[in-house]
Amino acid sequence: MIRILLAGSLCLLIAGCSSDWGWYVVNPATKKGMTNLQFLLSGFYFTVLLSVTAIVISVVLGLLVALPGLSSRKGLRRFNRVYVELVRAVPILVMILWVYYGLPQLLGITITVFWAGVIALALSDSAFEAEIFRAGIQSIDKGQYEASHTVALSYTDTMRFIILPQAIRRILPALGNQLVYMLKMSSLVSVIGMQELTRKANELVVTEYRPLEIYTVLLLEYLVLILIVSAGVRWLERRLQTDQRNR
Amino acid sequence: MVQQSDLKATDSPIIQMRSVSKFFGTFQALNEVSIDIGLGERVVVCGPSGSGKSTLIRCINQLEKHDSGTISIDGTAIDGSKASLNTVHANVGMVFQQFNLFPHLTVLENLTLGPVRAGRLSKTEANDIAIRYLERVRIPEQADKYPAQLSGGQQQRVAIARSLCMEPNIMLFDEPTSALDPEMINEVLDVMVELAESGMTMICVTHEMGFARRVADKMVFMDHGKIVEMSDKEKFFKAPDSERCREFLQQILPH
Repeated sequence: MIRILLAGSLCLLIAGCSSDWGWYVVNPATKKGMTNLQFLLSGFYFTVLLSVTAIVISVVLGLLVALPGLSSRKGLRRFNRVYVELVRAVPILVMILWVYYGLPQLLGITITVFWAGVIALALSDSAFEAEIFRAGIQSIDKGQYEASHTVALSYTDTMRFIILPQAIRRILPALGNQLVYMLKMSSLVSVIGMQELTRKANELVVTEYRPLEIYTVLLLEYLVLILIVSAGVRWLERRLQTDQRNR
Repeated sequence: MVQQSDLKATDSPIIQMRSVSKFFGTFQALNEVSIDIGLGERVVVCGPSGSGKSTLIRCINQLEKHDSGTISIDGTAIDGSKASLNTVHANVGMVFQQFNLFPHLTVLENLTLGPVRAGRLSKTEANDIAIRYLERVRIPEQADKYPAQLSGGQQQRVAIARSLCMEPNIMLFDEPTSALDPEMINEVLDVMVELAESGMTMICVTHEMGFARRVADKMVFMDHGKIVEMSDKEKFFKAPDSERCREFLQQILPH
């Protein structure tokens, strides 16, 4: 991870030596540059808060949608299909606009930009989470259910203690993918005025007229965030995989 | 009075199957099977693959739902109701060909999860009992390992201990040694013989005829979903009635 960042910085440094670049806008050595930089970095707060809240909700929602999809009852399976197909078909940007501008009118409520973003991202992602969970749960051997039955575990206990812990280990890389995806898609919430990384960069570009440098910083901000998440997911994978090791 | 109730306990079968049939699509896995199994009785079921042996025992603990006929355990009809599920959970343990241990839990956790979640035992009580059963299957030192760290024979013994922790009255064995390397078969059979000698009611689907000769009270031979031969082991091995059974035994017994 450090190496990737170093390589990236080196490229920028070399490029930055050419006269076309105006790094002064984010040069921490100057007062103005420092203020700009702090302005850009302050976007981390909402990007992270928004993405993490949305991913937690979407994972829970995804699981609740996935379980009926595995039922022997046709009606429940159909609910799963309809939900996944409908939600998956909505582009995220459209979902954000619809939730922020449409939903309040439909329900006669007011909704903050933050919660509109969370709801839109969580809804959009939940369909994908549902499919990931369904695949993960289906990959668990039938014998695990049978053994659970013979030690008198209820359906809920079987899911909670036997099936889901194993399924989650298997889908961890896919869940990590979704978290990365969520962090990136949260940039779309800037269109409704959420003060996250992308919005901050856009606003600074308007006042400073330095899109190249500012968007490059933005790019690096996402890179750092996502490398941290990747490392976290890998760490979790290693930690959870201990029992699979052989002698 | 006392005598009468004693008589009842031993005479009335703990498992009663009457004309049980089971279909998988159009394939008939069980065809009007009837059998009585008494408390403490050891039954060995054999037969060619696809003859319905596994289906027979899987219907007893509701892993498969039979399509017609009746099954009762200890007087309770096994019909998919809540009462029948409770009866199965309270009475029947099962050991699988593929062990089916929970790979993400330690051996001890594999053993204690059932009794603790069923609300029968506290965590410490369950631990004590689990260790006791691990001693009985001779692997107490493996309590904190994960299944993947054990040999096949050890895993199957853990699976037996896991079932015993539920304190069942009946143990079902579905080809418990078929997935094992040859040198590990005996360590599992030894445990099963001990269990049989302790008076456990057992129904074993197995082709280990040495084991059958040692412990079986009743031998059952199945073919095409039917019980073709059912007799005590002396008659079964010396002079079975059916030609089909004789042929089968000739093929599987050592030369």
